[in-house]
This record gives sequence, C-alpha cells and structure tokens, in this order.
Amino acid sequence: MGKNKSVISRLGGQKFIVLLVVIGLILFFSAVSPDFRKYTTVMSILDYSYYIALMAIGVTFPLITGGVDLSIGTGLICYSLTGGFLIVQKGWPVWAGILVTLLLSITIGLLNGVLVSVMDLPPFLATLCTCMITRGLGSIFSKGFGISWPTSGAPGSWFRNIFKITVNGTKIPLGFLWVLLLVVLMAFVLNHTKIGRYTIAIGSNKEATILSGINVRFYHIMAYVISGFFAGLAAIAYSAVFSTVQPGTGAGFELEAIGGAIIGGVSASGGFGSIEGSLIGVFVICLLKTGLPYIGLQANWQQIITGLVLISAVMVDIMKRKKETA
Amino acid sequence: MGDVILTMKGITKSFPGVRALDGVNFEVRKGEVHALMGENGAGKSTLMKVLTGIYKKDSGTITYEGKEVEFHNTREAQSAGIVIVHQELNMLGHLTVAQNIFIGREFKKGIRIDDKKMNEEAKKLFDRLNINIDPTETMSNLTVGKQQMCEIAKAISHDAKVIIFDEPSAALTEAEIEELFKIIKDLRKQQLGIVYISHRMDEIKVITDRVTVMRDGTYVGTLITKDCTKNDIINMMVGRVIYEDPKEHSMVPEGAPVVLKVEHLNAGKMVQDVSFELHKGEILGFSGLMGAGRTETARAIFGADPKESGDIYINGQKVTINTPEDAVKCGIGYLSEDRKRFGIVVQKTVAENSTMATLEKYTKGLFIDKKAEKDVAQKYVESLATKTPSVDQLVVNLSGGNQQKVVIAKWLVRNCDILIFDEPTRGIDVGAKNEIYKLMNKLAEEGKAIIMISSEMTEILRMSDRIVVMCEGKKTGEIGIEEAAQETIMNMATREIG
Repeated sequence: MGKNKSVISRLGGQKFIVLLVVIGLILFFSAVSPDFRKYTTVMSILDYSYYIALMAIGVTFPLITGGVDLSIGTGLICYSLTGGFLIVQKGWPVWAGILVTLLLSITIGLLNGVLVSVMDLPPFLATLCTCMITRGLGSIFSKGFGISWPTSGAPGSWFRNIFKITVNGTKIPLGFLWVLLLVVLMAFVLNHTKIGRYTIAIGSNKEATILSGINVRFYHIMAYVISGFFAGLAAIAYSAVFSTVQPGTGAGFELEAIGGAIIGGVSASGGFGSIEGSLIGVFVICLLKTGLPYIGLQANWQQIITGLVLISAVMVDIMKRKKETA
Repeated sequence: MGDVILTMKGITKSFPGVRALDGVNFEVRKGEVHALMGENGAGKSTLMKVLTGIYKKDSGTITYEGKEVEFHNTREAQSAGIVIVHQELNMLGHLTVAQNIFIGREFKKGIRIDDKKMNEEAKKLFDRLNINIDPTETMSNLTVGKQQMCEIAKAISHDAKVIIFDEPSAALTEAEIEELFKIIKDLRKQQLGIVYISHRMDEIKVITDRVTVMRDGTYVGTLITKDCTKNDIINMMVGRVIYEDPKEHSMVPEGAPVVLKVEHLNAGKMVQDVSFELHKGEILGFSGLMGAGRTETARAIFGADPKESGDIYINGQKVTINTPEDAVKCGIGYLSEDRKRFGIVVQKTVAENSTMATLEKYTKGLFIDKKAEKDVAQKYVESLATKTPSVDQLVVNLSGGNQQKVVIAKWLVRNCDILIFDEPTRGIDVGAKNEIYKLMNKLAEEGKAIIMISSEMTEILRMSDRIVVMCEGKKTGEIGIEEAAQETIMNMATREIG
C-alpha cells in the first residue's frame, strides 16, 4: 500500500492540485481580460488576501483538531476597532494600540479554547457565541461609528508600510513576504513541535491521545489561542490595507478563511491539513473574488462558484476517508 | 517457564446489580503464554481492567514482582511494565508509525521534535521484533495486522514485562496470525509474561503454555495446555449449571411454510456463504461467539450493509433488498443490539417512536394524525404490557426492557412478519428478560417468524426451536433444539477452519 504512492500524493496531494488550480485561474483570467494583467490588479488581489490568509493560517489549527473557529471574522473587526479607538480617540501610540489589538485577540482565543476544551461546548457553538460577543463588543468600543487608523502620510501611519511600501513610485507588496514567513513558521510549529503534533493527534483520535497521557486540555486550548492570535494579526493587516473599519461587519470573513483552508486540503473532520495548503486555498478564493468581475460575472457569482469549489474539496476529503476505512 | 511475576488472588468486583468478578485467581510466570478463556461475559476483560487500573477492585490482592500493587490508571500500570494490546486499536491514523509509538514522550532537539531519532528508535524496535514496517509510513495506510504489530512495538518500548493480548487475532488474516505468533514466541523467549485472551481453541493449543478458565465471573481452574484436550476446556467453560430450563422440543407446527430463505449470502469477511431457512412461527436462534458474523449477517439481510452476492426469498419469491427501506417493505423488522444507537429515538415519545417506521399510514395530507398515532401506540402499550405512564412519555425515561418493547411495537405497527432480534435482552434486568421471552413466544405463536441472535447460551437453549451456529463469518452448524446441548454448540462455535 504505502510504497506505491502516486506522483500527486508525493508532491503534496490536494495542495498540489489546488496549486495547479490557482495557476490555471491566473492564466485563464489573464487570457480573457487584459485588465486583469495589470499590476494594480495584482496589488489589489494581494491587499485583499493578507487578512484572509492570516486568518486561514490560524484557523487551520482548530480545524485540524476537528473543531472550527467562527469568531475570527467578527473578532477581526472587534480587535481592529478597539485598537483604532485607542489610537485615534484616546491618542495612544500606534504600537500600544497594536499591542492591545493582539492581546484582545489572544484573550478571545483563550476564551474559545476554555469553552471547547474545559467546558466541553461543541466548537461550532462556542465560537458562534464568541462571534456574537465580539460583534457586539466592537460596536460598543467604537460607539457605533466607523474608525480609521492613521491614514498614509499622517503621523503614526508607519504601520501601513509594513504591508506596502512605495519605492520610486512603485508599490511593493511587502505584506506577502510576511505572510510567507508566517506560513513557514507555522508549518514548522505544526510539523515539528509538540503543539502541532498533538493538534493533529487530537483531531485524529482524541480518546487515544488522552490515553497516551498527554495534557489534551492544554494543547486543545492552544489551537484556539493560535487561531485568535492570527485573527489579531489579520486585524492589523485589515486596518493597514483598508481606510475605514465599520462596526457590524466582519461576519463572513471567517467563512472565506475556513473555506480556503478546506480547499487547501484541511480535512473537514480533523486530523489532517497543512499551513501551506491553507494559503494556497485562500488564493483560490481571492482569485475568484477578484477575477470573476473581470470576465463580467457579478460578485454574487463568485460566492456560488466558491461554494461549488468548496463542495468538490470536501468531496475529495470524504472519498479519501472512505478509501482509508475500506 | 520462569518465576511467577504476577499473581491476582481472590479478586472481587461488583457493579450495581451484578457481581462481575467473584474471588478470581490468576497468575503469570516469566516466559509463559497464559491463555485466559471463558464465554462472552465470563469476566475476562473485567479482570484485565482491574489489573490495569481501569476498574478498582472491591477486594483481593495483586502481587507484581514480589510486591503488592494497585494501579489507578493504565498509565501507572504501563510505567510499571504491564501493557494491554487492545482488540480495538488506539491508533492515531494521521500520524506516522514512529510518531504513534513515541506519542507523549517524543525525543526533542530544542523545541523541535526529533523525528529522525524517533524513526531510528522505531526501526530498532522493529528489528528486535523481526518486523518489517517503515516507521515513516502513515498509520492509516497499514493493514490492521501491521497496526497491531506497531501496538506491540509500542508496548515493548515501554519496557513491558507483562503484555496482555485481548483477542489479538480477531481481525487478522491467517498469514498475519502466523507472524503474530512468531513475535509472541520471541517475547516468550525474552522472558516476558504474556496473557492471551482468545476464543479460538486451535490457537490456544498452538501458542499457550497454560489455560485459565473463567465462568460467570468466577475462577474455574487452570490447566497445562499440552495435557488437556479441547473438550476439557469447553467443559470447564460451559460448566454443568443451566439456570433456566431449555426448550425440549420445537414448537413449530409440522409443515409450517418457509417465510424467509437465504442462499449463499456473502458480505465481506464476516459473512461467507451463509444459507438458511426460517419457518412461519419459528424462533431461529443464531449462536456463536463475539465476532462470529451473526450481526453482520442480519445487517446484510436487512440491507443495512452491502451484499456481495446471494439470494433472498420471501414466501418463496425472490426479492431484492438493497436498503433497510426495501427490507421493511418486505416485512422484515430489525431490532438492533444497540437500541440507543439504532433502535429508538430516546428524546421522542412512546407514540412517536411507535409509528416511526409507518408514518405514512398516520399522516393526513401534510400533517401527522396525532390522535391515530396515540391510539395505535396505546394499543401496543396494552398488548405488550409496556410500563409507561402514558404514550406521551419520552422513551429516555423508560427502563431498558420497556424501551425494547417500544422497539417491538414499532415493528408490529409496521406489520412485519419477520423479526430479527439482535441480543434482545442485553442490558435488561432479569424480570424484564422473562417478559421479553414471553412476548417473543407469543409472537411466534401468532405466526411471526423470528431470528434471535444471542451470545447467551441459556437464552439460545431456552428460546430457540432450531439453532444456527456461526464461527468466523461461516455457518458451522445447524441443529434442532431436541439435539442441542451447550457442548455441541460450543464445539461448532469454536470449530477450527481451514
């Protein structure tokens, strides 16, 4: 069995296929629409991809435990509003605002982890609750108004340069570099540290993991803390890329991140997945979202097509599992 | 055989209402393979669970390496050197072989897990056991047999001194069993104490040095394997005590028509070429040990699992049953051994459960006819003497016996003529058992045809008109109740094959 792995599975299985899909989509859109080939389009796809990619990196961990984190979308907006409020309204320095943003995201992640791992709430429910809570909190902190983090050129706008700097009039998508670095870092965590190993073990067979004498509670919580923290990083990216953050938005972001992760090969039932796969999956979603309008299809079509792509990704996962149990 | 390494003396353990172990003695020597035998429910697994700290004993002593010990969980037992290789494997399918073996005690280089070293160590373990498995292979890609070898390797890596094999061969092929035996013989040479739980008589003769037999939670005796015959062991296992009077002769009228005929049914490893006939008004007992393929046969007939080949005739007519829906249309009702999972919806009322399989009869247009539903439920509550305050009671609040009656009502409402009872009295107390027995007899008298799968010998002998015995997916015997005796059935159920 194991010896005669197919070429595709040796190259990374689903990841590899999805990478081909990404390349195929780029070629297709480029061929059909001359506008798509412009540098500004590339920039807008990348701008749009950062926060989803960051959320996807984080949410891969709860997904691999066999859970889910629905709070990252509204959480992102809540953290961004809180940080922005402190900076803009209270005059805090930007670094302090960023710090609070990240601390808040870790706190919500911890809360999710405790609800799921200690209180035994189903992950779907636990994070649905924190999703609602963060949505409400965000509106309270911002008193219902949209908040703009310091705009380009204004004092304290240095954080925007983390993601995009202009050299000789050309915009350089620096953010993509950070995303890639974080992917490499978290891939290491997932594949070569205890946190990652036990995340996979929990998703594979929680009972057996407990019987192996592992502090499952701690590692289960950690998966949600990581997810929360990356939603915090996504909040920074979002604040840096977009001019205004509106309270009440953010619901649905998580679905794009989770969808991306699953398209990229994370098993919907846990136990299996990769960070790089999740990143590639996110790009399928971003390309569809940005590319389809260029060939004359409205945004609604993007959602339908993303849904269909997701179904096929889940079908692949189910067929794989059926083969395993056969 | 070396010195005694483990002694269990006078072990007693009660659960509410049941004395599971009553003064059981057991010992293991270094360098011996000691078989632990007994019928289903004799207390073998309970004894091993007491040993490894999963259950707390009520009384008795455990002496291990000369000292009295009491373990509080499997981990404590493990670090002392007592390890169980479970029948159901505790595997993390998505991790590699080496990662599984060293789970919870990974080698590390800084914060990085040292997979390379783990692979090397796993390789050394496999070399010691003469097993050829790639430590970097993903666990779920291995066959069950290889997975079990990994469990054994994991056990050894804990510096095990006593290894307990709980029905290790149940899921293995012939070749895999041979490989397993080679490993066990190696371990014996290395002076480990080995406990071997199995039902397969031929294996016991091949691999074990001594046999301890248990019956109904008591210690019966210990024999030297090479000095005893298969019949000696069987006699010890079944004993002479019969608690309820067995049926003396068949109650089926002469010339009763065949209502169900199954021919050459095949469905995977657990159902191989099974053929039998079921007559009107007959209770056909299906006997055999755990994992003999009885439930699988029933599920295949009922369309719950796919069939590979074979024909089914109902009242002489060939029928196609691919789904439970087809089966129900043919008038077959299946009462699962696992009521809570497959039989009833516990959070629904008695009335709702009763009409579950027949809802189309109780709907008017789009709506369920609640009154008709309650009326029919009430009728069966009365005729089956189900103890419930009303038909509006949630089934979860009923006792096991009464839940079973609700399941029976469900199939009677459906007007099924063929009923398959899978372990009808499992988890039901003695008084309620008798009621279920009476009910089954009454149903048979009324002309229903019943298949009763049971692991309890007394139940088989008390209820059946005719008995089919299965072993390892094959039908190994069929006898009328007149000639049936525990020993004959046990012989058929443990028959060597191939």
